[in-house]
Amino acid sequence: MSETPTILNSQSRPRLAPGCRLNDPGKEPRTLLMPERALRLQGPSLEIIERCDGQHTVEQIIAELQKIYSKAVPEKVARDIEGYLKLLHDQRALDFQ
Amino acid sequence: MSSVPNPLALIAELTHRCPLHCVYCSNPRELQSRATELSTEDWTKVFKQAAELGALQADLTGGEPLARTDIIELIRAARAAGLYVNLITSGLPLDEARLDALIAVGLDHFQLSFQGATEEIAAEISGTRTHAQKLRVLDWLKSRRVAVTLNFVMHRHNIHQLEEMLVIAESSSASRVEFANVQYYGWAFANRAALLPTRAQLDGSLGIIKDAQERLRGKIRVEFVVPDYYAKYPKACMGGWGRKLLPIAPNGEALPCHAARMIPGLSFENVKNRGLSEIWNGSAAFQKFRGQDWMPEPCKSCDRRDLDFAGCRCQALLLTGDASATDPVCTLSPQREKVNAILAAINAEPPPVSISARPAWQHRPNPR
Repeated sequence: MSETPTILNSQSRPRLAPGCRLNDPGKEPRTLLMPERALRLQGPSLEIIERCDGQHTVEQIIAELQKIYSKAVPEKVARDIEGYLKLLHDQRALDFQ
Repeated sequence: MSSVPNPLALIAELTHRCPLHCVYCSNPRELQSRATELSTEDWTKVFKQAAELGALQADLTGGEPLARTDIIELIRAARAAGLYVNLITSGLPLDEARLDALIAVGLDHFQLSFQGATEEIAAEISGTRTHAQKLRVLDWLKSRRVAVTLNFVMHRHNIHQLEEMLVIAESSSASRVEFANVQYYGWAFANRAALLPTRAQLDGSLGIIKDAQERLRGKIRVEFVVPDYYAKYPKACMGGWGRKLLPIAPNGEALPCHAARMIPGLSFENVKNRGLSEIWNGSAAFQKFRGQDWMPEPCKSCDRRDLDFAGCRCQALLLTGDASATDPVCTLSPQREKVNAILAAINAEPPPVSISARPAWQHRPNPR
């Protein structure tokens, strides 16, 4: 759809943009497919993308990854996730709802 | 060859038939007829083999891929094979019901080509009136969930319309817009004197592009491809010979590049007779310019050899007569003078940007 992408904040709900999707279930390596590009995903990048479903808020994604990566500095996890979401948004792989 | 990388994308040239007759068409001068085209079953097999070989994407192109009456089946088959499906189209023959069907069977990315920002220039270039239909298609796409790219093909007679083209892109649902200057092979080579922009035109367009990239960040990815005659270094044609892309002609011939048929001494294997993996990994045509062993100097010892792979073989052939030469658009090429002479002639007498003068175009015909 053509909804205007809004800005990134803790309550926005990232969703993969039209035409951006994971490769078929069971196929390795897990890969984000999009126009003219493909990104290999592993570890945290896969955990983040799997939660970009238009349901999870940025806040929830951060909290869940902080739990999974409990040995990492929580502020760094948050910063890295926000940076990654911003990057994918600039590449037009994500919309924020 | 120690190890051959997997192709990333299969380029399926489904047909050379097309309702448009663009003067820069990238199809070969000798077009293949409908009677020689691969069947639905042949393509289905090719999609499966491409995915097994590691390809992630299929580019369904032509000619006009929508001229295939089995396009719905072909998209379904490519998607079922596990490929990301791109359709590169002029937007006709298409209506809303057919568009819905394309998306329903798994089309991921719709790439719509434009010949200009107005019907007048588009009709001059394509020899048909299709611009209004393209604007209708853009309107239909707004309410549908599919990635959209607009492909504007740029040259001397439309580069001044860049800002109007951006207006079309911004009023659409496109997440990506590509302004690709014509590259000079085949039909474009025949029409080069009427198509190549002047340096002043090109310089003017670069500022507009930079502004648009800033302004539209996070909304539309704006990409620009310069005509490589004006570049300092050659393009990494096909991402390197037999390295990333695997084009298949309408008749099933596997080509290392879609223009490769012009290179003398190469013979091409057909997917009807041999598996895609064998062709990609072992056929003589795909090995010919793969890697670095074949490279001439100054490429062979150049720091850029892993970036541009000595440039384009077809361009080397067209401009120097030798397909193994360094691409002469490279400023390090001993034959760069040949490109400089072409640019000097174009820039000495800047031709009018208006089309009222009517160049003697060679329009691409339809195959029998």
